[in-house]
Amino acid sequence: MRPLADIGQRLREAVDGSRATSAEELLGLGEQTLEHWVIARGFEPTRQTREGFRLLALHRQGSTDEPSFNACRETCRELVYHYNLVTMQPEHEETAQRQKMMALVANHLFLFVSGRMETRQLGDFCCSSRPLHAEH
Amino acid sequence: MSEKNKYQEVAYYPGCALEGSGHAYNRSTKALGKALGLKLKEVDNWNCCGAMEVKNIDPKLQTYLSSRVMSIAANDMGHEVVMAPCNGCYHNLKRAEYDMSKDTATIDVVNKLSGKAGHKAYQAGQVESIHALDWIKKGVGEDALKKKIRNSLEGIKVANYYGCMYTRPRHIFPEKDQGGDSESTSKPHYMDDLLAAAGAENVDFPLKTACCGGAHTLSDSETSTRLVANILQAAEAAGAEVIATECPTCHSGLEMHQIRAEKTLGIKTSVKILYFTQLLGLALGLKPRKVGIQENVSDSRAFLRERGLA
Repeated sequence: MRPLADIGQRLREAVDGSRATSAEELLGLGEQTLEHWVIARGFEPTRQTREGFRLLALHRQGSTDEPSFNACRETCRELVYHYNLVTMQPEHEETAQRQKMMALVANHLFLFVSGRMETRQLGDFCCSSRPLHAEH
Repeated sequence: MSEKNKYQEVAYYPGCALEGSGHAYNRSTKALGKALGLKLKEVDNWNCCGAMEVKNIDPKLQTYLSSRVMSIAANDMGHEVVMAPCNGCYHNLKRAEYDMSKDTATIDVVNKLSGKAGHKAYQAGQVESIHALDWIKKGVGEDALKKKIRNSLEGIKVANYYGCMYTRPRHIFPEKDQGGDSESTSKPHYMDDLLAAAGAENVDFPLKTACCGGAHTLSDSETSTRLVANILQAAEAAGAEVIATECPTCHSGLEMHQIRAEKTLGIKTSVKILYFTQLLGLALGLKPRKVGIQENVSDSRAFLRERGLA
């Protein structure tokens, strides 16, 4: 499996435009990011899809019993949305812009997940409404 | 009472951030309300909502703290609506309402602590807790707002950043995702709607509700800085000149980490960071000082002068 640091490096290159990146690759980098999270929680990353995307199935798997992981739900959905925009309308005049936004969205997913790998509670006691300690 | 009338005079719960780092938001919320003919009655002797710190240690105590604010508004002041501009306060009031309507153990704790503190215990359903966005959207609406615009925001490209606590978790916001004109938890639009009514051009911004690492800004600044830098870069890539905010924690996080990202990561962004209440206030013709522009860390004065808003 590709190390998390390599994924981050690849995404930084996609964001700063120093290396061309396809929508397929960006979606794949998102999936690989979530695989790291799922494996770190002791599960085998799913091969299933949800709404046609493995990324969404992986997000669902990663959120099981981890409500705060939902903090990246919209980011995953935006990644899929931009993938659809780029691949379904490749000739569109805004394709380059859409791909740039897709890279930034994928990078955000990476930063959130890698942040959580270091500070597990990231997001735990803000939007998830879940306390760090068990419910009293 | 019509829904619009219900929001004409509300109990105002500023919360602690609006007395400190978010003072510009407090100032601009009051000035905006006054300019629109809406009335605010500050909750008497309000207390901390329990924010993130108390919730972390004892969630039922946090519920009690938020319930006390709602109890004072309902039982002592006779209000039906409590308005909180801060996402953290708003979230905690909603969470307390949810827990008080579902969880008997929480109700027992709230009743016991309220008795000890010597005030009436809050009963679920006594008040409706709303955000400042609901207040303007439902109490005024876009059509009435448009009629009051004196300095249109036309030509200003805005990315609207709602942060995380305005929409998450979905189950504590039963009024959202109801179709029609209701707010969406996946793609919120109330701030977009209001700023568009004032003439602004909202850009398509995919990180509207993305995590900024706000709660960990002290314990893990590095992660917060990287997350915020990415949000700022995305806003600029989307063509935004301004990021509009509706939460003091988001706002100060964006401002502080914008500076830190340049110093520590070499990522320079120049997008301006303004509260939506400041932008609407300026559009209504209020002076920059009236809406606290001078209190922001992100210096937007030259930009606003250039656009004829200051």
